Amino acid sequence: MNFSLNEVQLMLADSIEKFVANDYDFEQRQKYSDSETGYSKQVWQTFAELGWTAVPFSEDDGGFDGGPVDMMVVMERVGRGLVVEPYLANIVLAGGVLKRAASPAQKEKWLQPMMAGELQCALAFFEAQARYDINNVETTARQDGDAWILNGNKGYVLNGGNAELIIVPARTSGDPANEAGIALFAVASDADGISIRDYATIDGQRAAEISLQDVSALELIGDADDGYAVLKAAVDDATLAICAEAVGIMTVLTEKTIEYAKSRVQFGVPISSFQALQHRMVDMYTACEQSRSLMMWAAMTCADDPAAINALKYQIGKAGKQVGEEAVQIHGGMGVTWELDVAHYFKRLTAIRHMFGSADWHLDKLAS
Amino acid sequence: MNVTFSAEEVAFRKEVRDYFENEFPQDILRMQNEGVPLQPEDLIRWHKAVNEKGWLAENWPVEYGGTGWSPVQKYIFAEERARANAPPVLAFGVNMVGPIIYTYGNEEQKRRFLPDILQTNVWWCQGYSEPGAGSDLASLKTRADLRGDHYVINGTKTWTTLGQFADWIFCLVRTNSDVARRQEGISFILVDMKTPGVSIKPIVLLDGEHEVNEIHFDNVEVPVENLVGEEGKGWTYGKVLLQHERTNIAGVARSKFRLSRLRSRAQKSVRGAAPLAEDRNFMRGISAAEVELKALEYTELRKLASVAAGKAPGPESSILKVAGTELLQAIDCLEMEAAGYYGLAYVRDQFVLDLPDEERVGDTNQATAALNYFNNRKQSIFGGSNEIQKNIIAKHVLGL
Repeated sequence: MNFSLNEVQLMLADSIEKFVANDYDFEQRQKYSDSETGYSKQVWQTFAELGWTAVPFSEDDGGFDGGPVDMMVVMERVGRGLVVEPYLANIVLAGGVLKRAASPAQKEKWLQPMMAGELQCALAFFEAQARYDINNVETTARQDGDAWILNGNKGYVLNGGNAELIIVPARTSGDPANEAGIALFAVASDADGISIRDYATIDGQRAAEISLQDVSALELIGDADDGYAVLKAAVDDATLAICAEAVGIMTVLTEKTIEYAKSRVQFGVPISSFQALQHRMVDMYTACEQSRSLMMWAAMTCADDPAAINALKYQIGKAGKQVGEEAVQIHGGMGVTWELDVAHYFKRLTAIRHMFGSADWHLDKLAS
Repeated sequence: MNVTFSAEEVAFRKEVRDYFENEFPQDILRMQNEGVPLQPEDLIRWHKAVNEKGWLAENWPVEYGGTGWSPVQKYIFAEERARANAPPVLAFGVNMVGPIIYTYGNEEQKRRFLPDILQTNVWWCQGYSEPGAGSDLASLKTRADLRGDHYVINGTKTWTTLGQFADWIFCLVRTNSDVARRQEGISFILVDMKTPGVSIKPIVLLDGEHEVNEIHFDNVEVPVENLVGEEGKGWTYGKVLLQHERTNIAGVARSKFRLSRLRSRAQKSVRGAAPLAEDRNFMRGISAAEVELKALEYTELRKLASVAAGKAPGPESSILKVAGTELLQAIDCLEMEAAGYYGLAYVRDQFVLDLPDEERVGDTNQATAALNYFNNRKQSIFGGSNEIQKNIIAKHVLGL
């Protein structure tokens, strides 16, 4: 039994921590977030140069051969730094599909440039009627000679406005909720018949509404009938990734809250001397530790037991709400200002709570 | 990062499982499964049986007759014991006073007391809390005044668990009132319950059981050789051991057993009712508790791994007590919910082996649910209430 990171993981952790400490302070982050693309191309290039974009890919694909624990190491630090660069959209979601289903030629065309930081990608996993059920796909794909023609609407496509390549799940057969009959298509963002509405999200990131009208796909990725398993696996990867990100955020929020309570003086004493607040900070600390424990368990076991992801996301949804809201409350008036980083950590944590299934949704999966 | 057990640990688990399945007194397990309360003679009998196997004193060093087990072995043992639904060891002798005696006692005291603790020849109880000193234990007022070769003890101890069966009591007493800090001037002393001036008064708890007592000391003369360690150092002794005795404080193994039992019971129809598994709300409650349990288990394993790597178990252990007892009480609630109306029947006379079904009101596990729920309210109160645990974390971990 061993809960320590190995040497490679320690180096990876160290390099991301150093980058965040030296080159990614909160003011800088806000500038990147407010820019036209919502992230810094230069920072993204650094990610590629330092090899972070290669973590979850096999050595054959030019990657680090990293597993869930390595992803956990990266994303926890992404969370601590409140990083806005589209790591999740590119590397985890689109990359999760490409590494599992793309042909060698497709990998060379899309996966390699994406890892090199030269190609922006997205995965359109959501449709308005589907809520959190990724098997609920109404977008259709019909074959016309050698071409696949797509029709439908996708919502909340992370990095959708920046992406040059969009991976679109579409239905080749069956009813909208069937797991069978879903295929994954590579679509160029400048294809005829596509319209993309890019917007900011509450957590300082970017997403897009995408409508497809008789859009000719570039290529089919993987099987024409059996894309769901790949889609599910990529979204599971992403769920674990944002849970690790949330653990990083919750840890920062707890640290910042303790620090603030010790320095904020009211009634002539630091507010950290009030037991009503002490016990709430203890509860925040406990929620962080319990979440961290569950994250480690899930990262170690999810390959054999995907339900571990449901358990983890339920825990993160619950603990994230508690820690985020308490951090704002104990910061008092300052906690509700745009100026303070705490508010922005809280907003990212809130977004994470609602992504890939709420706490209740995941609990229901466990119970059924 | 991995949670695999070594080949030796896997073999150890098998050995322990075999023991509980074959050697451990099987009638005790039957009583446990049927909800039949164990009598003092049952308790002594199974303690002696486990000691014959050499497995009673899990925390003791080998030189005193302990197991010398690693933290991981203790964890495995606790898990297998719970899996068999075997009862936990009565802590007062073997887990509480024993370690204080071999750590701080003199050679004579070790020779005199340790073998009888191991063999359960002597029943020990604990004299810490007082009517005026609960969470604020350092305010204790029971006095021990030195008069020549003996101390004279006066005062009252309370919440003394199973003190009605005890032969000896270990007490924290005040030997000096003229101190700068109240934690000073407290001493650790052993008292024979048969000494003139010791009297005992039962306290019945909300589940109707006589589990605890109030013990009065009226000019009780105790020889000086019953003082353990140095006079005035009792508080330190108690505190040091408390931190080291926090293995299994989270009750993970027991909660795991109870949740899996509840899950399998939920599949069955009881007396014509639809199986609880069809009640989505109830199953969500079970799932939520299982997630809590998994988080707690891994928090404990992380602690264990760091202790195994040579780090001292720190004050972070307090979160195990808080989260562990909250989970245990949540499972009590689930069991009560599962019992429905039959959880409301107060039928203590039916907790006997082999009672015909037609003489029972509801099932045994239904009738015990409420009693467990009520009794276990104590869990978040004793051993340093959960609020005290939070004070400890606030001060010593978060630096507030």
